[in-house]
Amino acid sequence: MKRILSLFLARNKEYYRDRASLIWSFVMPPLIIAVVALAFSRGDQPLFKVGILGDQTPAWELLQQPSIQLVYYNDQDKALQKVRYHQIDLLLDNAKQEFWANPNSQKSTVVEELLANQGITTWQKDEIIGDKIRYVDWAIPGIISMNLMFSSLFGIGYVIVRYRKNGVLKRLQASPIRPIEFLTAQVLSRLIIMILVSTLVFVVADFVLNFVMLGSYFDLFIVGVTGMLSLLSLGLIVASRLASEELANGILNMFAFPMMLLSEIWFSLDGAPEWMSGFSELLPLTHMVQAARAIMLDGASLVDVSDHLLILGIMTIVFMTISTSLFKWRES
Amino acid sequence: MTTILEIKDLHKRFKKVSAVNGVSFAIKQGTCFGLLGPNGAGKTTTIEMIEGITEPTSGEILYKGISQNPAFKDEAGIQFQSTALMDFLTVIEVLELFAGFYKNPQDINTLVERCYLSEFLHQPAAKLSGGQRQRVLLAIALINNPEIIFLDEPTTGLDPQSRRNFWHLINDIKKSGKTIVLTTHYMDEAQSLCDELVIVDKGKIIAQGSPKNLLKEHFGISYICLRDGDLSPEHLEKFEQVETKSDEIILVSKHLEQSLQELINCGANLSSLQIRNPTLDDLFLKITGHSLRE
Repeated sequence: MKRILSLFLARNKEYYRDRASLIWSFVMPPLIIAVVALAFSRGDQPLFKVGILGDQTPAWELLQQPSIQLVYYNDQDKALQKVRYHQIDLLLDNAKQEFWANPNSQKSTVVEELLANQGITTWQKDEIIGDKIRYVDWAIPGIISMNLMFSSLFGIGYVIVRYRKNGVLKRLQASPIRPIEFLTAQVLSRLIIMILVSTLVFVVADFVLNFVMLGSYFDLFIVGVTGMLSLLSLGLIVASRLASEELANGILNMFAFPMMLLSEIWFSLDGAPEWMSGFSELLPLTHMVQAARAIMLDGASLVDVSDHLLILGIMTIVFMTISTSLFKWRES
Repeated sequence: MTTILEIKDLHKRFKKVSAVNGVSFAIKQGTCFGLLGPNGAGKTTTIEMIEGITEPTSGEILYKGISQNPAFKDEAGIQFQSTALMDFLTVIEVLELFAGFYKNPQDINTLVERCYLSEFLHQPAAKLSGGQRQRVLLAIALINNPEIIFLDEPTTGLDPQSRRNFWHLINDIKKSGKTIVLTTHYMDEAQSLCDELVIVDKGKIIAQGSPKNLLKEHFGISYICLRDGDLSPEHLEKFEQVETKSDEIILVSKHLEQSLQELINCGANLSSLQIRNPTLDDLFLKITGHSLRE
């Protein structure tokens, strides 16, 4: 324990003295949030989105128009949440001849009127009332999670690879330190630093943008820590043997970019090809973002997001097992 | 004196390259033991196998009579040939970090005094001069109050003054009764510091013993050095063995007084005469046919 504590404290000192990394950690996330808030603050997307419950699409000509995007759902609760927050404009259940509209959404009203002459007036109408979630509200959990992903992967991976390259790990190997003690100290140090940085970014961004937070902060914290642990252990796999920073950079990017694009940080994968959604489910960041978003926007509890937490937990155990078994103090 | 470390028939192969070929030696407690040899001779590979950093291909390493002795890491101090220190820590913080790895570390203030670190104690460890860095690395090697200390080429790259200072430090450690294992390719360093040594070339031990005994055993001669032209060519044949270099004549003499008398009789110019005893470098040259620095 004394050895882990020594390494933990030393790593923390190194982090806050590395001014370039420190500034980058604090400046990067608010910058992205500001850009997103500015870019999407005016006007709505021109496209109408109509949700279809089940796989039966009504044979209405208007629904074939390119200006209307059809999104299919099997989960009624999930689909109704989308109507509530204006993420889809109308939800149709062809089997029951029933539809849901949001009276607070102008687009919902417009689509309903457009479909009036197609026969929707004979269907049973239900109302789901809710205010629009701004894009920035939707994007915030993803942006903060993405920042945590980069910080986890590169923060831990790069440092260990550099230590191996310049012989610091060789020196540690000659001491009584065991690999598990060294790796634990690195993970703990990075975890604590990331919790502090992301909490500060969250608080400042919330103060400026006043974004939606319907769930519990404690639940969000648990999701954040679980997600970070899975990403840190993924970073450890990359760092387990390499001694080339260039190669490590390439491999870390190979993990980071698919997550950045396919983990629903910037856009929802509703309506995306099935293989893409399937692949997205394999990425730890997807589960972290979906769980954080469910807590923040839908007021979900830990029980509601337990499937995501379970997957993240399993990923952490698998990644940690791989990284500790692969770990070498020196380049092979 | 008891044997603290015994190496038996140690081999190491890296793919097709055989770096160490059947090295065996024993080190007595409280002595300074040297591995002397040119770069690439297999000294560092040998020492790293003993330290547990590199896995041997075959052979046995016994520390206090026990193979893979679990006490070794706690009782050994190690200074590598090239080690970077943590980027953003000061010297004192690096010492505190390594002190945290051991159950009973030495008092840091004592170490600071002993290794002369006080002037740069609060400087970043990554920004030290060569001599300062080696002293910090030595302090780290001593932090667990080790019984045996491994120093791998500790003075390579240092200026002559820093080398001499470092030798003083090593002599101080010797006086405190610790066992030192030193690798070096400087014959003067080995001659000055080591009680016992092995000379290694191409992964094999080619000579073994104390520096004094090795030289006595292989030589028993003196070298008389004269400037080229100080002795006329017709007198050269009077001497037993003569080497001529670019601007120097080296006479090999078994009977120094007799040789000097003959030089006077020949009317040689003795104003630049130098007499020196054979060194380990000469020994290495004699055994292998090439110099330590080649």
